[in-house]
Amino acid sequence: MLGEISLSLSSGEVAAVVGPSGCGKTTLLRIIVGLDRDFDGSVTRPTHGRLGVVFQEPRLLPWRTVEDNVRLAAPQAGEATLSALFATLGLAAHRRHYPGELSLGLARRVALARAFAFEPELLALDEPFVSLDAALVEKLRAELIELVSRRPTTTLLVTHSIEEAIGLADRIFLLSRSPARVIADVPIERPRSPRSAAELAVIRDKLRAAAAYG
Amino acid sequence: MNVALRLGSVVLLLAIWLAGSHLVGPRLLPAPQTVALAIVHEARSGALGFNLAVTLLRVAAAFTIAMVFGTVIGLAMGRIAVIDRLADPWLVVLLNLPALVIIVLAYIWAGLTEVAALIAVALNKLPIAIVTVREGARALDPSLDEMATVFRMSGWTRLRHVTMPQLAPYLAAATRSGLSLVWKIVLIVELLGRPNGVGFEIGVAFQLFDVTRILAYALTFVIVMLAIETFLVQPLERRVSRWRIRPA
Repeated sequence: MLGEISLSLSSGEVAAVVGPSGCGKTTLLRIIVGLDRDFDGSVTRPTHGRLGVVFQEPRLLPWRTVEDNVRLAAPQAGEATLSALFATLGLAAHRRHYPGELSLGLARRVALARAFAFEPELLALDEPFVSLDAALVEKLRAELIELVSRRPTTTLLVTHSIEEAIGLADRIFLLSRSPARVIADVPIERPRSPRSAAELAVIRDKLRAAAAYG
Repeated sequence: MNVALRLGSVVLLLAIWLAGSHLVGPRLLPAPQTVALAIVHEARSGALGFNLAVTLLRVAAAFTIAMVFGTVIGLAMGRIAVIDRLADPWLVVLLNLPALVIIVLAYIWAGLTEVAALIAVALNKLPIAIVTVREGARALDPSLDEMATVFRMSGWTRLRHVTMPQLAPYLAAATRSGLSLVWKIVLIVELLGRPNGVGFEIGVAFQLFDVTRILAYALTFVIVMLAIETFLVQPLERRVSRWRIRPA
């Protein structure tokens, strides 16, 4: 499914892999985090290999509360860290709830909290905003930016949406259709938070051009 | 309403019993009050309590052995294809071996001992526990497994928080069917080769044609098992599935 792909991230960088649906983005992410071993090539992970993953479906344990879900994945996390995380993600009131009582947006936040509490060296996010409404996406993106800037974390975001990528990433890898390969590697110089509409438009055009070329 | 229905059904059963007793005579089917008096009499002498306790201990021991081994083997068979293929023929043999054959062989090979009795009962329950748990192990959610792998959960955390909760409904089913099966087989084992317990008493009563005593022991035991189901198994089930009860 995947073609020849080579990409590398610097420490602390937030990168996005953007590509059309079905081009193998999720497979690429699974290879990177070591869940898929059926491939030719090599992956160099951070020294201790602590990887936080936010899967497309939240993958919470339905029989454990929100708090226990986070604590079980990150037993080393202190109360202060957890409260800060829950506060940022608007989960403070839901600690004792079970995942079945949460909306998809909230469940995604719990998955995010779990990944951050784990204090990963590399954070991998697979379409973290898919099937949420636009307002919610905007809010969640702001929360994610806040989390990443508070504790600089090398992050790899996989998405089909250029908008999501340019709103979040320092660097964008554009993938072609299957068999996927990298058709553009676009660094974004401006800091994440205050990107004006004009700046975003420039980046967007650049990516569109690259996509058309590829 | 529910309670009234249940009560009504019990009363109806007693009425049928009483009518039957009048029809066939008290020697074949003693009246409920006769049996009740016998229960009181046996309880006063201490024999009822003693035999009940002995049988219950055997039930508990054999049940625990069967469930522990059944869970371990069932999990292994459900998750590892090679083990499943290797052990499946043995499982089929064990499933189809009549209880009586297992009991008799256990007594012949290991003597008329407590150990032989417990092994015989556990072996009768074991294959059913394995099959049920194996079914549960096959239904385990691989996506949660991946999650546990990614977050480097320890073996114990995985077992306790990821695997066991998914197996809980299967374990509950195995417990339900298991308890009733085990106590029935414990009685046969006691009848054939133990000097005490409810099964032994019923054996003696059978030789003396003492239907009153047979019913007295059987009924008391049924009531005890009913109490265990109501006050132990059901609350445990409710606790284990409490996360299901409150919908969004």
